[in-house]
Amino acid sequence: MKTVTVNNISKSYSEVKAIENISFDVNEAEIFGLIGPDGAGKTTIFRILTTLILADHGNASLLNYDVVKDYKKIRQIIGYMPGRFSLYQDLTVEENLNFFATVFGTTIKENYDLIKDIYQQIEPFKKRRAGALSGGMKQKLALSCALIHKPEILILDEPTTGVDAVSRKEFWEMLRQLKNRGITILVSTPYMDEASLCDRVALIQKGKIMQIDTPNKIVNNFEKTLYAVRAGNIYRLLQSLRESELTHSAYPFGQYVHYTAKESLNDVADLLDHLTRNGFQNIEIQEIKPNIEDCFMALMS
Amino acid sequence: MENQVVITSKNMIKKFGDFVANDHLNFEVYKGEIFGFLGANGAGKTTAMKILCGLLTPTSGEIFVGGFNVYTETEKIKRSIGYMSQKFSLYEDLTVFENIRFYSGIYGLSDADIKMKSNNLMDKLGLSAQRNSLISSLPLGWKQKLAFSIAIIHDPQIVFLDEPTGGVDPITRRQFWDLIYDAAHNGITVFVTTHYMDEAEYCDRISIMVDGRIEALDTPFNLMKTYNSENMDGVFLKLARA
Repeated sequence: MKTVTVNNISKSYSEVKAIENISFDVNEAEIFGLIGPDGAGKTTIFRILTTLILADHGNASLLNYDVVKDYKKIRQIIGYMPGRFSLYQDLTVEENLNFFATVFGTTIKENYDLIKDIYQQIEPFKKRRAGALSGGMKQKLALSCALIHKPEILILDEPTTGVDAVSRKEFWEMLRQLKNRGITILVSTPYMDEASLCDRVALIQKGKIMQIDTPNKIVNNFEKTLYAVRAGNIYRLLQSLRESELTHSAYPFGQYVHYTAKESLNDVADLLDHLTRNGFQNIEIQEIKPNIEDCFMALMS
Repeated sequence: MENQVVITSKNMIKKFGDFVANDHLNFEVYKGEIFGFLGANGAGKTTAMKILCGLLTPTSGEIFVGGFNVYTETEKIKRSIGYMSQKFSLYEDLTVFENIRFYSGIYGLSDADIKMKSNNLMDKLGLSAQRNSLISSLPLGWKQKLAFSIAIIHDPQIVFLDEPTGGVDPITRRQFWDLIYDAAHNGITVFVTTHYMDEAEYCDRISIMVDGRIEALDTPFNLMKTYNSENMDGVFLKLARA
């Protein structure tokens, strides 16, 4: 059964088209990622699905409830974590959690089991005001509050933005566990490396979905042969590759430049020759498997 | 490359009450270097950066920025550095040119300089047609590139970048790093924080803070070797989770 169905939705804010003809389905207990930069339209999609705004065209449903007609029902079955930290800064950790439980007509005790693993990490600070928590702890509290009424679908808008690499990793481990309990998760992120942690992803840019698939299939669909190139100073190497007639694309990735050639025949020999003629030494060229970021950039250009 | 020192920190300590935010920070940063300043949320990066920018007085330690003392010469420090963060950069309700003029004025440039430099800058970024557009109408990537260019419009010795590239698409993020390389190439020292570990690898050297202390400081290559990791993500996780 499709847990979430989105059918051709569009939304404009005055002249700006925020999203255009967006369609996708999400399966039960799936982690579905919307991957794209700021301004891609991720938040607009989530606000339509959470019944906070109306689409101009198209329709969408969650567990067969229509986002327009059945908005009250939808609000009961989803847990939503907006992009901005949206808890009450002046309430303590415990007060926030209590508040959200009460709003949904439940108690912390009743659903403690679901949030236990997450909430226990911040429980030592339950008397602290939410505003005084660190980034990672705020995020755990927000997730606990979104879960306290035992939703069937979790919608998380950029939960890991601005959070350090360690906390990000922990957060994704928590999502994995929630998925294993049967919760369907829609999550958005601007961090391309997080795509591989989703079951399926939609790569989204400027209001349009460029591709929807499993991370593996997206990577396997990369059309060109990709090489990681290293040769001394990366700044000079990049400049030289960009000026070269041979180059189809050249993007820095850490210590390497990821390179594709216009012509695949003899591409390595041609590249080696070009770099040698331009005075590069210690040249290292190896064929590599692309990652989601490589694919995203290839789709953009 | 001769290693001319532009930032020196000897035993930098900053306490807030009993809490030690910076615990004996020792490091030097060289001219034209891209220096990555990493750490988990709450590790003490922001406090250290504020001290280096002359905005916060340390509890103790010998610290010099651009040759100036952080206790007694904060005004001179402010004039010889640039600063940009994702959170605070440009005035949304001013136009592109008004922002450039405003910041240039604050940095003390002459009217003639402002005219010349703003034209050069808009040319270089391809923003000349947007000269009179409000900042709020520009895409995020353009804003970030403009904010960075304004942060170095007065040719500072050092530019501090606090998570400058959050939220932009991967191509724009790389264009932004082109500007950083360019600035470093022209002798401006770049002091940068980021949560993107691949960006950390673009730095010449990286320091990693854990609980107020610098736990590691080296080139990305050496750090990956020392911590037996294929990338900086691995290094960071090993240090920050230990």
